[in-house]
Amino acid sequence: MYELAITVVGQDRPGIVADVSGVLAGLGFNLTDSTMTLLRGHFAMTLICLGRVDAAEVEEALAPVTADGNLIVAVRVVPPDTATVAPGTPYALLVHGADRLGIVAAVTGVLARAGGNITDLTTRLSGSLYLLSAEVDLPSTVDVDELMAELDEVAEKLGVDVTLRTAEADVL
Amino acid sequence: MSAAGRVRAVVRAPDAVLSRAAEKVDPADPWTVALAADLVATMRSAPGCVGLAAPQIGEGVQVFAVDVSGHPKTRTCHGTFVLCNAEVVAASRWQKAREGCLSVPDLTGDVKRAGLLTVTGQAPGTGETVALTTDAFEARAVQHELDHCAGLLFLDRVAGPHAIFARKVYL
Repeated sequence: MYELAITVVGQDRPGIVADVSGVLAGLGFNLTDSTMTLLRGHFAMTLICLGRVDAAEVEEALAPVTADGNLIVAVRVVPPDTATVAPGTPYALLVHGADRLGIVAAVTGVLARAGGNITDLTTRLSGSLYLLSAEVDLPSTVDVDELMAELDEVAEKLGVDVTLRTAEADVL
Repeated sequence: MSAAGRVRAVVRAPDAVLSRAAEKVDPADPWTVALAADLVATMRSAPGCVGLAAPQIGEGVQVFAVDVSGHPKTRTCHGTFVLCNAEVVAASRWQKAREGCLSVPDLTGDVKRAGLLTVTGQAPGTGETVALTTDAFEARAVQHELDHCAGLLFLDRVAGPHAIFARKVYL
């Protein structure tokens, strides 16, 4: 059994998801987790799938999808899910302000130094407003007040607003 | 609020005035009364706009206008009103819903707000203290405007990366 990671990036058009998933279904692949969005109008899809055909053969089968030269497809084998990161407490991070170089690097750098693991992230440039929204797992050993103070310091230097809150999950 | 206000330009994020906690005002000051009229005029000039806070027209003071009349999500409705120096007294019945903002024109987000709300504030002109209890959409609008007066955007309250959306409908 192969677990494959497939990325498809390029010029958007109707039917890309149908084409890619059609090829994979034809090869007997089961799509497990996948995500697809438009990034500044560009098609971007990442998926993990399970099947019995190796990566090179899958990439070859997907060649017709990329034949017009507008899409890039990459297929790689990934080792089975071996979580090496201890789960922490999930927090929601939000940063917004005037666009400038290095916002994501500076803010995520603070989180990384504290051992925070980003589990979800979206950034958007909307006019001159830059927005970063992320979920981050913080280890139980992190002093959240101290981390917040550090984030505030970085935010002030960058001229952006930052908020970090416990991610709410209402279990019903 | 008898005098007609001027339609003012709406400030957009990332303007600094939207990120600063606004100052308290003297509700009886003629400047405040004129500002209240400007807020109402500007709110009415923007299609679909149900509330506007002073920082959104570049004035860093705690004044906002709300009018949710006729909106399908409205239950309790106090018509058009302006409050100065308003504060939350009680908030309950938290509900998540999608909202947008004239100052963040291209994004919307899912935000949890109290569905039952009591605030106190002062009426522009007379300066009399007003207590207002409301619910549903009017409560949401008041909380959104109170946030502007505290230097916060709805973006600061969205639930996470999958709770922010590109705006699809412009009224």
